[in-house]
Amino acid sequence: MAKETGIISWKKLNLGIAITEPGNASQLKTGDWRSMKPITDREKCTKCGQCYIYCPDMVYSKDAEGYFVQNYYYCKGCGICAKECPVDAITMVQEVD
Amino acid sequence: MSKRIGVEVSIAAAEAVGLCDVDVIAAYPITPQTHIVEHLSEMVAEGHLDAEFIPVESEHSAMSCCIGSSAAGARTFTSTSSQGYALMSEICFIASSMRLPIVMAVANRALSAPISIWNDHADLMYSRDSGWIQTIGENGQEVVDLLIHAFKVAEDHRVMLPVTVNLDGFTLSHVIEPIMLPDKAEVAAYLPRYKAPLRLDPKNPVSFGPVGMPDVYTEARKAQDEALKAAKPVIIEAWKEFGDKFGRYYKPVETYKAEDAETIIITMGSISETAATAIDHLREQGKKVGLVRIRLWRPFPGTELVEAIKGAKNIAVLDRVCSFNGGEISGPVCLEVKSLLFDRGMNPKVMNFIAGLGGRDVTVQNFEEMVEKASNGAAPTPYEIINVRE
Repeated sequence: MAKETGIISWKKLNLGIAITEPGNASQLKTGDWRSMKPITDREKCTKCGQCYIYCPDMVYSKDAEGYFVQNYYYCKGCGICAKECPVDAITMVQEVD
Repeated sequence: MSKRIGVEVSIAAAEAVGLCDVDVIAAYPITPQTHIVEHLSEMVAEGHLDAEFIPVESEHSAMSCCIGSSAAGARTFTSTSSQGYALMSEICFIASSMRLPIVMAVANRALSAPISIWNDHADLMYSRDSGWIQTIGENGQEVVDLLIHAFKVAEDHRVMLPVTVNLDGFTLSHVIEPIMLPDKAEVAAYLPRYKAPLRLDPKNPVSFGPVGMPDVYTEARKAQDEALKAAKPVIIEAWKEFGDKFGRYYKPVETYKAEDAETIIITMGSISETAATAIDHLREQGKKVGLVRIRLWRPFPGTELVEAIKGAKNIAVLDRVCSFNGGEISGPVCLEVKSLLFDRGMNPKVMNFIAGLGGRDVTVQNFEEMVEKASNGAAPTPYEIINVRE
């Protein structure tokens, strides 16, 4: 239903707006709610994974080098990762565009 | 074979729900609805009705249970009144938006304060915009028939909306009338087993009632609005089929001596029988007066109502609720009538009487006075509360 491309005619909605495709929240773009964006400074990052643990939207995942990287498709810019980072490696910067 | 018995209307209503072979009843007792659910619980306890009776802790829970049960594909019934209806109202809006064909009998009662267990239409008007199909019975037979019809309409895949059948508390719910109860097999032939187009099923998982972001909420509302509009022909069709099967025909708006009437009074519910007696008396005096009764309240039968009142010069509308609007506009039923006439460029004199609040009797003489006043175009606008002591 409310996918990124979820602009849909009222005639095409399911009865009662039911969701008939389980697990489709993964397609819901919450990244465009963001006004502040978390940026990780790899010089400071200790790869501890606190950002991954605290993120309420499963934005972080581990890359090949062991760093935790953001998927901005989902990141709402809440800033919890920056607040919780024990070495202040994450800063919130203003979104542009 | 149908059988005609003398029975309390509440008991007959419960029997009608039993004849519909309902699967789940979730209800909380409240006066004056109590006898309906008491009798249903007896029917289940004594093995006369193979259904699940869920005695919940509140009306809010009753409607929540009904939503779960209906979403699972079960034929579902509940009943309430007044304060209970108000407590339930949050969930009522959800039931209609989720397009669940729940049927509810509402024994209409005034809203507090002061506490009143007696009849008026405060609860009916309070729930007006809840998205449910709403019908109003005049007598016990009609309540029985409307309940059977309600399941037929609600569960029609072209409709899929919940339905309330309204009956006036005490003045209808607690009276004993001769009522024809149809045979179970006849009802089954009219009302086949419910097949949900979409239901909660672990094998085919679906989510009911998700969040609707601003990019979809308007479309969701439009779809629901269209569903209620599209329900009217199905409601009429189901009444036709009911009439063909059971011999009792119903329509959205009923008229009584209205064809050539210069003055018409519009009413709803059981009080209309008193109004009809007043019309008889005035007709005997040679006065050209008539009665129009609204049976289908939502979807509002605009076309049918205009057809019924188009010849009248004076129209009196009876409201059974004080709607606290500041006094510069009329009561709720009258507002709908005026809106309807205005949109069609019709301009009869429309007067609004508010009467029968919290169980106050409205007598034949009261009706005669209202209709006489309306005939003379003498009623104050936007409304007049009658029978009030200064």
